[in-house]
Amino acid sequence: MTTDRRPLLLMTPALLWLTALMVIPCALILVLAFFRRGVYGGIEYTWTLENIALVFDPLYFRIFLKSAGIAGLSACIACVLGYAAAYAIAAMPRRRQPMLLFFAVLPFWSNYLVRTYAWIVLLNREGLIVNIARWLGYQGELPSMLYTEQAVIIGLVYNYLPFVILACYAPLSRMNAEVTEVSRDLGASAWTTFRRVTLPMTVPGIATGFVFVFVLSIGNFVTPALLGGGQFQMIGNLVYAQFITANDWPFGAALSMVLILIMLGLLMGQAVVADRAAGGKGRADD
Amino acid sequence: MTDRNTFRLMLLILGVVFAFLYIPISVLVGLSFNEGGLPTAWTGFSVKWYGALLENSDILKAAGNTLIVAVFSTILSTILGTLLAVGVEIRRRNGKWLETIIFAPMIIPDIVLAIALLSMFSLLNVKMGLHTITVSHVVFNLAFVCAVVRARLKSFDWSIVEASADLGATTFVTLYRVVIPVLMPAIVAGGLLAFTLSVDEFIIAFFTAGAGRSSITLPMQIFAMIRFGVTPEINALATLVISVSVVALALSQRLNKEGLPGQ
Repeated sequence: MTTDRRPLLLMTPALLWLTALMVIPCALILVLAFFRRGVYGGIEYTWTLENIALVFDPLYFRIFLKSAGIAGLSACIACVLGYAAAYAIAAMPRRRQPMLLFFAVLPFWSNYLVRTYAWIVLLNREGLIVNIARWLGYQGELPSMLYTEQAVIIGLVYNYLPFVILACYAPLSRMNAEVTEVSRDLGASAWTTFRRVTLPMTVPGIATGFVFVFVLSIGNFVTPALLGGGQFQMIGNLVYAQFITANDWPFGAALSMVLILIMLGLLMGQAVVADRAAGGKGRADD
Repeated sequence: MTDRNTFRLMLLILGVVFAFLYIPISVLVGLSFNEGGLPTAWTGFSVKWYGALLENSDILKAAGNTLIVAVFSTILSTILGTLLAVGVEIRRRNGKWLETIIFAPMIIPDIVLAIALLSMFSLLNVKMGLHTITVSHVVFNLAFVCAVVRARLKSFDWSIVEASADLGATTFVTLYRVVIPVLMPAIVAGGLLAFTLSVDEFIIAFFTAGAGRSSITLPMQIFAMIRFGVTPEINALATLVISVSVVALALSQRLNKEGLPGQ
């Protein structure tokens, strides 16, 4: 019986750390959202639902919808590109795959700011793309590419693509080649085999990739700030403004709370997809 | 479609995706060595922009701060994360709550954790600075160290722990003389990962650094510089930052082959 307590002793320092610096602060945000904003920016300790109501005010809700749209589009593009890349890697000779995957994921581990900055270098008015266009003989005025919604989407796709590749590669590499061969032997075309066999078996990977990109994009604050310029706001920027410039912490907390709820909902949905796929696979193995 | 054509299509896809992933970074690295510093023309190879960095006291100060934060948060998170991993794997049957709390720091959006920490530090009247950045970085770092060490523990031979106990070693001696040495490659790999994550982390540092310039970190300095536009110095600095991450990651992968994706 004594051995049962020892692992808990080992875990205690880390769990205390996480409780003090993650669980409690996040709980604090949930509480803050229900307090009133003080006259001079402080917090007045009376309960209110005004902050929550303000989130659904058309002025702010529009920003939510726009952020969700940008995050959704980025996640779709990243999933298409990432799935194609993962499929291609899985189609290469086995011994080359770890290396290819390593290089696909490598950019993910370099600094996020630097990766975003790289696109400023490419897209700005004196940037490489404009220079190439001039060199090719294009004389006219080029539309501004930086500080647009498209630039933000490119930045998000670029930054999170490696994760989607990783998420889609896992189920693709686990897939048994015999399954697709059987399908082909039974007369299905390559396209039908892909659509009816490969794709359904790898949906959990796509779901994981999509949710991850969406969640990280909708709350993103760096990419819209750098590639979107001051042109438009996403929720991340709005939250930032409430805490740093507008000094309306309760409203900032309310925005964060809604953000957290959206993310939790998506992550739970993704867990359900993964569970269902695991269950289906279990039956197939029997 | 014949198999050969399929294979060609796959190569094409790989080419396009890898070009998309690597061209932006390569352009940046290339420009950092351009004597003229402009993207308009290549005027010759030069490392003068790297020299300019060494004379920029703001950057040096920020780099020093980053190093302090990264070293201390790495040490703390390596100890906490390793102990956590060993404890969790000995227990084997862990509740869903526990697993969620251990997993959460890796997926929680930085902005949420950042404002949560800022709110707490402010309400408790904690004076913010490098120490608050450090303890905040430990939150996600320890989760990553724990994940790397746990992966190694999956193939750990627990019978050597029993052997050690049978030979009369106490729990502490067994941990210190048997478990830790076997896990060392994974612990160092986890530590290197924590170090790079801490060096690169921007948002949490930005929110928990407090007012004033005294505790500005390198990513905060880079963010401030980028907002003023593209300069050759940023290109050089960015190249250095990428190199540090790549070297640390390559070392980490080498040490911990089991962690290599796809193997």
